[in-house]
Amino acid sequence: MAQACALSLLLFTGASQFALVGVLGAGGTALAAVASALMLGSRNTLYAVRLAALVPLRGPRRLLAAQLTIDESTAMATGAPEGQHARGFWAAGLSVYVFWNLATLLGALGAGVVDPRRLGLDAAVGAAFLALLAPQLRDSRTVRVAVGGALLAAAAVPLLPAGVPVLLAALAVVPVLVRTPKPEGPS
Amino acid sequence: MTWAAVLAGALGCYLLKLTGWAVPSALLERERVRVGAALLPVALLSALVVVQAFADGRSLTLDARAAGLAVAGVLVLLRAPFLVVVLGAAVTAAVLRL
Repeated sequence: MAQACALSLLLFTGASQFALVGVLGAGGTALAAVASALMLGSRNTLYAVRLAALVPLRGPRRLLAAQLTIDESTAMATGAPEGQHARGFWAAGLSVYVFWNLATLLGALGAGVVDPRRLGLDAAVGAAFLALLAPQLRDSRTVRVAVGGALLAAAAVPLLPAGVPVLLAALAVVPVLVRTPKPEGPS
Repeated sequence: MTWAAVLAGALGCYLLKLTGWAVPSALLERERVRVGAALLPVALLSALVVVQAFADGRSLTLDARAAGLAVAGVLVLLRAPFLVVVLGAAVTAAVLRL
């Protein structure tokens, strides 16, 4: 229970948290679990680049802002009207942080009382991944990468230890990257 | 062991976020880096769906989790909110296991 709460307080990136727990729960090594979490967390780096341009911050506030850099706060900051970017970012970041951690605490308390499988919670985790994935399937390129990742993982499950199939699926982005043209001159 | 993974994952993910705030944007806004960071989660999430719904140790099976995922898929197509999708899958699997 303390571990679930620590994940929400310290890691605070839904997809990475679920991945870390999912890989460990399936019997994967700590290394595979952390690697999956980091790969899923890499998009936050790009969010932060965009946020740093919209919300100028220095020193300790920047350290705090880094922790709150997630899908929701980035969406609110970039979607906010001119001059309101910082407000959108802090409002979304802080409120999601508070509610996410409260929900984690309640969930962790409940897990000690009933068997999560009887509640279908193992099925809920797969559904959560699907719900996180669906909004990103905007064009044929992302659909191809998703199908590729799914097929690689399915093929690898019987062959490789738990956790590794998910890492292997990262290779599905390689064909797309190879075909991405280098930009001409400074952009 | 688990605590090590929790703390290492937390530190690593925090540093990934901080890097974006601290590093000159030109370095990370190159096309290939941008496309890669956008697509990596797609590949991984899709793999996680498969593993979470069908993997049982080292074999692939169809059980209550697959039914839950199918219901989740329909709910996603209907643009149901995140919590409805997740609850729909959980309830489906729980009922099938009664």
